[in-house]
Amino acid sequence: MNLLLSRFMNCYRYKDLIIQLVQKDVKLKYRRSFLGYIWSILNPLLIMLVMIIVFGNMFGYATPSYPVYLLIGQTCFNFLSESTNQSMFSIIGNSALLKKTYVPKYVFTISKISSSMVNMIFAMGALVIVSIICKVQLSWYVLFVPVVVLQLYVFCMGVGLFLAQATVYFRDVQHIYTAFLTAWMYLTPIFYPTDNLPESLFKIIKYLNPMYGYITQFRIVVLEARMPDTQLIFQGTAVALVMILFGTWCFYKTQDNFILYI
Amino acid sequence: MEKKDMVINNNEYAVQILDAVVRFNMASERIDNLKEYFVKLIQHKLMFQEFLAIKDVTFEVRKGEAWGLIGTNGSGKSTLLKLICGIMKPYKGKVMINGTIAPLIELGAGFDGELTARENIYLNGAVLGHSRKYMQEHFDQIVDFAELWDFLDMPIKNYSSGMAARLGFSIATVVKPEILIVDEVLSVGDWAFQQKCQSRMKEMLNAGVTLLYVSHDIESVKRLCTHALWLDKGVKRMGGDVNAVCDAYMKALE
Repeated sequence: MNLLLSRFMNCYRYKDLIIQLVQKDVKLKYRRSFLGYIWSILNPLLIMLVMIIVFGNMFGYATPSYPVYLLIGQTCFNFLSESTNQSMFSIIGNSALLKKTYVPKYVFTISKISSSMVNMIFAMGALVIVSIICKVQLSWYVLFVPVVVLQLYVFCMGVGLFLAQATVYFRDVQHIYTAFLTAWMYLTPIFYPTDNLPESLFKIIKYLNPMYGYITQFRIVVLEARMPDTQLIFQGTAVALVMILFGTWCFYKTQDNFILYI
Repeated sequence: MEKKDMVINNNEYAVQILDAVVRFNMASERIDNLKEYFVKLIQHKLMFQEFLAIKDVTFEVRKGEAWGLIGTNGSGKSTLLKLICGIMKPYKGKVMINGTIAPLIELGAGFDGELTARENIYLNGAVLGHSRKYMQEHFDQIVDFAELWDFLDMPIKNYSSGMAARLGFSIATVVKPEILIVDEVLSVGDWAFQQKCQSRMKEMLNAGVTLLYVSHDIESVKRLCTHALWLDKGVKRMGGDVNAVCDAYMKALE
């Protein structure tokens, strides 16, 4: 218990470093680009337009407010793919620093996930714009969105911590994960509605793909203006907690030997 | 009896290393991809060829002492420092540290080339564990010492290595650490700045800071340190008064 407390205190001591690293990432992302932060909103909008052109005829008629439906899925999944990809390199990419000074190693992973979340929050600007254009009736239930984002954040943190430590030992992970992520994307209802899926496939997605839960909660809150089912919330939170415990456990178990492999 | 004494006098020591062993995995056959891992697993060859960078070194530093670490290349000096900083963990043995550490193993290790010097000062301070507020209070002092007021808003990738080293040194020493660890970082930078660094280190020593200093320049070790530790291939050869150890080391080299 004392150990846990002292670790937590140590983490708190480095909160400024985490903030600095996040600021650095956000600042450097658009430094010297002409439009700067506007890209954070423009980029998702452009990708959404492409996807509407491609999939709009196929799925658009069946789903009300299809652009908003699409954009929610896209924003959530983008966060997952960006944050986990970045955190995968958070340890090996900072090897020079980790060899020269003592810094808790998880700081780099946490900061990468957090800066991706900042990007996601910027990208939500696009969501607001599209919701207004599509005349989506927003309700007070929108206030539940931060809870969904928090679940997603904790979940991605778990995945990120796991990937970061695994990549130190096996560089292959990065290549495997790219393929894995593509499969994951197609098994997540980002641009297709779930109604027409075969029953068996839908069950697989619903119970084995945590992203389904987070995206669905998000969509219910925004598009259907009601609270998501308790079961959905419970399931999402539980999966996120299990994932972060698993990730942290793996990370702590292996971190002392990182220095020998980076 | 001896062990007991050590626990009682714990506060007297800044650094205590007891029978430390540091193990490296020799990179001859580094396994960092899955295929190799499984092949080796099946062949039962996963045992790696180990290499001990430090073998059973016991080393104690009282508060306020200045120790020079000497030895040929690859004798384990830097590894010992990394052990003290907490960058590495001992494979066996114990490392106990009493006090805050300012590690100068590589100056400006945390600098990001894209950021300006101003931004890097805050970032590097945070890497060393200081709050933003603390860095704001000491900002002027840092830039004054580094004499870099004219280049504050320039990305650090455009700095010369000497300029970056100046900045690194001033950030690392603006805090009043209890233990200062210096690993041959002062070889960059011009003569005037080297003198400035040495005088700052002297100043800190007079203020009661514990110093661990690695250098191949025996003269500067003798000038700065009161004690010396001679490492040879990971084994402690001799430790004690700086003149006696340095002389013995020089004799062995000849």
